[in-house]
Amino acid sequence: MDIKQEIEKANEEAARRMTIGEPVLVDIAPASEVIPGMEDRMITHAGPPIRWQDMCGAMQGALIGQVLYEGWARTPDEARVMLERGAIRLEPNHHHQAVGPMAGTISPSAPVWVVENKAFGPLTGISDNRAFCRQVEGNQQFGDYSEQALQGLRLWRDLWAPTLRKALRHIGGLNLKPIITQALQMGDELHNRHSASSSLFANAMAVAMVEADIPKAEMLPTLKYVTNHNLIFLGLAMACAKAIADPAMGIEYSTVVTAMCRNGTEFGIRVSGLGEEWFTAPAPVVDGLYLPGYSAADAGLDMGDSAITETVGWGAFTIGGAPGILSLVGGTPEEALAYSREMKKITVAAHPTYRMPALGFAGVPIGIDVRKVMQTGIAPIIDTAIAHREPGHPIIGAGLVRAPLECFKKALIAFGRKYNVG
Amino acid sequence: MLTPFVELLDSPIVAINLGLKMFAESLESQGVEVCQVDWVPPAGGDEELADLLDKLM
Repeated sequence: MDIKQEIEKANEEAARRMTIGEPVLVDIAPASEVIPGMEDRMITHAGPPIRWQDMCGAMQGALIGQVLYEGWARTPDEARVMLERGAIRLEPNHHHQAVGPMAGTISPSAPVWVVENKAFGPLTGISDNRAFCRQVEGNQQFGDYSEQALQGLRLWRDLWAPTLRKALRHIGGLNLKPIITQALQMGDELHNRHSASSSLFANAMAVAMVEADIPKAEMLPTLKYVTNHNLIFLGLAMACAKAIADPAMGIEYSTVVTAMCRNGTEFGIRVSGLGEEWFTAPAPVVDGLYLPGYSAADAGLDMGDSAITETVGWGAFTIGGAPGILSLVGGTPEEALAYSREMKKITVAAHPTYRMPALGFAGVPIGIDVRKVMQTGIAPIIDTAIAHREPGHPIIGAGLVRAPLECFKKALIAFGRKYNVG
Repeated sequence: MLTPFVELLDSPIVAINLGLKMFAESLESQGVEVCQVDWVPPAGGDEELADLLDKLM
């Protein structure tokens, strides 16, 4: 086979692995219990690797909040000093099979969603098929370390997550593929619009909590939390996407992207045939709409692991089927349809199950090919929330952004070098 | 007898425009029917990268 045939065959295999994923929620557990390599005095974060001193304001603010939440420092100043002198180990979520929205910080006591991709296991040669994602909220993950912001993390740790865990264990896990399939047909795009998926998830967990005989004092506040949280499913969707994308990593000759993420300073991608190497470029500016009191002058750069949803064909890749999200991120329904059609030009497959009614029930475009991106000049599109450029603020807006072509250019050159082409 | 080129100019023109839209818009403003094809040079015009792409796809 010549190299072109090798690439086509490898990309078919990458697409096959990404489209047969069977994500199941198997646990909601403290990170220290389940995330490989999670240690005491350690926080994992969104995006490619980055040093404290190079982090943007929102990422630094979120880390300060995470240190306070763990009780490793008493004041924000103390936390900042600890982080500055390297007393807290910082590593990317992606290096630990994990993902997190915006700053994406995860520390040992924080409960995470545990999603297992049941399509893979020891018999397939891909045994470690679990992925993890932290709680989704609108404050600390954006860099807000106020007492009110940290209270949301504590309630998740002490009440909501343990209650959901009991109910989940009672029902023996929850298959998420039917929820995702249905939600895509109900107007979700599974990145910033989760109205349908969150409701479907709340329905399932409400019944599970009753069946598990959860005491009313725990059940009622947890029920209120899940039924009033429009984005609760984002954490599940991200863990699903990570569990779906990971088995496609490390296929020799494949030019398919297996991760896109941002740390607020840099945007990074991984490519299947190039293993775990990151190809980075400066994080782009998000073209967005702002909440009252904020403007583009306040905005930080693109941030978060949530572009793992676009990596598997959700988010802005399927935005044509989710016009409701446009009131948050801007744009017209016609533009949204055009984005989804455009993404077909840079991907290698259409998903056989996850479909978009607005585009004639076409499968979502999946498997970004770095060759196609560079050939067409079409960069993957992402819909995303916006954090403040300074620490200490909650969410300030949302919008659309393109992945920097520079990442794909670097990956293509590295691919040519690795496979002796060029 | 008219040459094919003169015959072409003598009949209504339908143009196909590749790339930059301003050429299409100029023709459209003169009442010419234009089919616009979105196109950019591979690898944004980077010859070395375009050569690499040619070997990979």
